Amino acid sequence: MTIPAQPAPEATEPLLKVEGLVKHFPIVKGLLRRQTGAVRAVDGLDFDVRAGETLGVVGESGCGKSTMGRLITRLLEPTAGKIEFEGRDITHLGVAGMRPMRRDVQMIFQDPYSSLNPRHTVGTIVGAPFRLQGITPEGGVKKEVQRLLELVGLNPEHYNRYPHEFSGGQRQRIGIARALALKPRLVVADEPVSALDVSIQAQVVNLLDDLQEELGLTYVIIAHDLSVIRHVSDRIAVMYLGKIVELADRTSLYERPMHPYTTALLSAVPVPDPGRRVKRERILLKGDVPSPISPPAGCRFHTRCWKATEVCRTDEPRLLAPRAGHQVACHHPENAPGTPEPVTEGAGA
Amino acid sequence: MTAPLHDTGPADAGAAPVTDGLPAKAIEGRSPWRIAWTRLKRDKFALAGGVVVLLLILVAILAPVIVGLLGHPPNEYHEELIDPLSSTPKAAWGGINSDFLFGAEPVNGRDVFSRVVYGARVSLLVAFLAAVVAVVIGTVFGIVAGYFGGWVDAVVSRVMDLLLAFPQLLFIIALVSVVPNSLWGLTGSGVRMAVLIAVIGFFGWPYVGRIVRGQTLSLREREYVEAARSLGAGRLYILFRELLPNLVAPITVYATLMIPTNVLTEAALSFLGAGVKPPTASWGQMLSKAVTTYEGDPMFMIIPGLAIFVTVLAFNLFGDGVRDALDPKGSR
Ligand SMILES: Nc1ncnc2c1ncn2[C@@H]1O[C@H](COP(=O)(O)OP(=O)(O)OP(=O)(O)O)[C@@H](O)[C@H]1O
Ligand code: SF4
Ligand SMILES: [Mg+2]
Repeated sequence: MTIPAQPAPEATEPLLKVEGLVKHFPIVKGLLRRQTGAVRAVDGLDFDVRAGETLGVVGESGCGKSTMGRLITRLLEPTAGKIEFEGRDITHLGVAGMRPMRRDVQMIFQDPYSSLNPRHTVGTIVGAPFRLQGITPEGGVKKEVQRLLELVGLNPEHYNRYPHEFSGGQRQRIGIARALALKPRLVVADEPVSALDVSIQAQVVNLLDDLQEELGLTYVIIAHDLSVIRHVSDRIAVMYLGKIVELADRTSLYERPMHPYTTALLSAVPVPDPGRRVKRERILLKGDVPSPISPPAGCRFHTRCWKATEVCRTDEPRLLAPRAGHQVACHHPENAPGTPEPVTEGAGA
Repeated sequence: MTAPLHDTGPADAGAAPVTDGLPAKAIEGRSPWRIAWTRLKRDKFALAGGVVVLLLILVAILAPVIVGLLGHPPNEYHEELIDPLSSTPKAAWGGINSDFLFGAEPVNGRDVFSRVVYGARVSLLVAFLAAVVAVVIGTVFGIVAGYFGGWVDAVVSRVMDLLLAFPQLLFIIALVSVVPNSLWGLTGSGVRMAVLIAVIGFFGWPYVGRIVRGQTLSLREREYVEAARSLGAGRLYILFRELLPNLVAPITVYATLMIPTNVLTEAALSFLGAGVKPPTASWGQMLSKAVTTYEGDPMFMIIPGLAIFVTVLAFNLFGDGVRDALDPKGSR
């Protein structure tokens, strides 16, 4: 495949716009359900998703990726902030208000064993979107479901089968068919392949890739490391403890990461080109991820950062763009403009 | 998206699902129920239990026919069979012969066979309907507590704890003594049965409720619930279309295993005089009568005892089989 011409970033209004998004899960104790604290799962996110692009979101387990996904699909009620879809504020829409929006925003789930109801047939599962939205597709639900099954590479004759009769990869394809049934604009995929065998992961990722081209989809793909989304993302957001620490074009992020955390994540990705392995030392982060109940003051990464200084412990760095199209939240960014370009440049993704 | 992945061929995404294997034989899906049935058929004990359960149900339904063919009316006295001195049947073995298949009752010589057959009616009817009452109340409260959580769950759970700690046998005995002779358009034994069903069912629902609540708590976290919500499903759709179908199996299992417990409770209450009113036959009542004559006529104690034993055993074997068939890994 060829790398298509980059669309002019400012040419179109973003499909999805997120401002100051916050989700705190209250911790309640005792019979009286008194709130004793909160899990600050998502703690102030600003980003947008442009039509037709794939935004990759990475971060360690527990950093709030799924919570972010469930907020923008409005499966969770945000604590604060604003979500706009095609310019329309959907932050606090209820079940009924969201229903028409559901056609445009769909989700692919992480666990293919828990995302399909074991008591429903494939036909029922993939046909549910039509029933719930009160839509009769051309040619009837059954025909449309069979078309969708074929689209995701399944045998349309398996319409009457139950989920337990399929393998993990096939189940994930069923989940994809369900998500695509209503011809959504935006698809949020929460670790769509992390539960699958490595040998099948690539097939499913490629399927998503092909479908994007075929149907003109916009993706937000969540992953816990950079290797899965490496090739499919146009832009990548790196999350740490409920915050975005770096957000940049894929090439820029891979070749000139600015946030120390991103550098550490990248160092863990196996590099296919042996010539480059020399350049990238494996950085092992010391310590555990701090608890999202009481995140560290200042920069949340300072407890594990090898570049941390006094200012990092007190002042929270803001998400700024030292380079066009490359945002980072760090007081001492690496590869900042003015510093020498890294030697590894130019090898392509 | 832009670049390809390293390790895939052209036959990939659009291809038939040979990729991660599954022979494309029978296209009709094997539903979880069908699979359970296949497993149940292989379980000899469960099948034997099931056959006996079916026979018992037939006996209860066809009681008048069976008694008409093989016995004497259940309240017909045959004092000529009774030795006036000992009050027990004159013949050996409690008077068992081809005419009185299970012998004659002490004192009045009623046909024990007919009374056991009619006793099955009372026993099974009370046990079944009480289980239905328990399942309906338990499912509703369990699902609501589990799905909504929060204070609703807290209240329902405390009420269940309270009921489980309640001395139900004593309560029922006390209640029966104050129940009027006619109630809800029923009279005599009908009233007693209705009260038994209501009360046994009422004290049984927390057991069902706890199971349903626990299952709902874990089911509501499944991603298919989120998937339904992301398609615009409301609460009722999720409760009835997504959750309930997954609760039917555990509820069925629990209901089947609840019936034998109810049979025992009904027998105990009848034994204590809180069951159906004489002359309506019931197994517990027969046992309590047998206590006074068991030295002279042990058969009269053994036969209703066996009836209870066989019924409870058959339901338990069947229920265990149903549980294993629906849940082969024993994951509960
Ligand atoms: N419903 C909830 N109630 C309370 N806390 C929650 C809830 N959902 C998530 N959390 C907490 O919020 C934090 C972020 O969770 P989230 O699932 O978003 O992380 P994640 O980045 O998706 O991690 P993973 O890679 O493990 O999926 C975690 O500490 C988690 O325990
Ligand atoms: S702000 Fe300081 S602690 Fe945080 S990542 Fe940058 S250098 Fe490290
Ligand atoms: Mg997650």
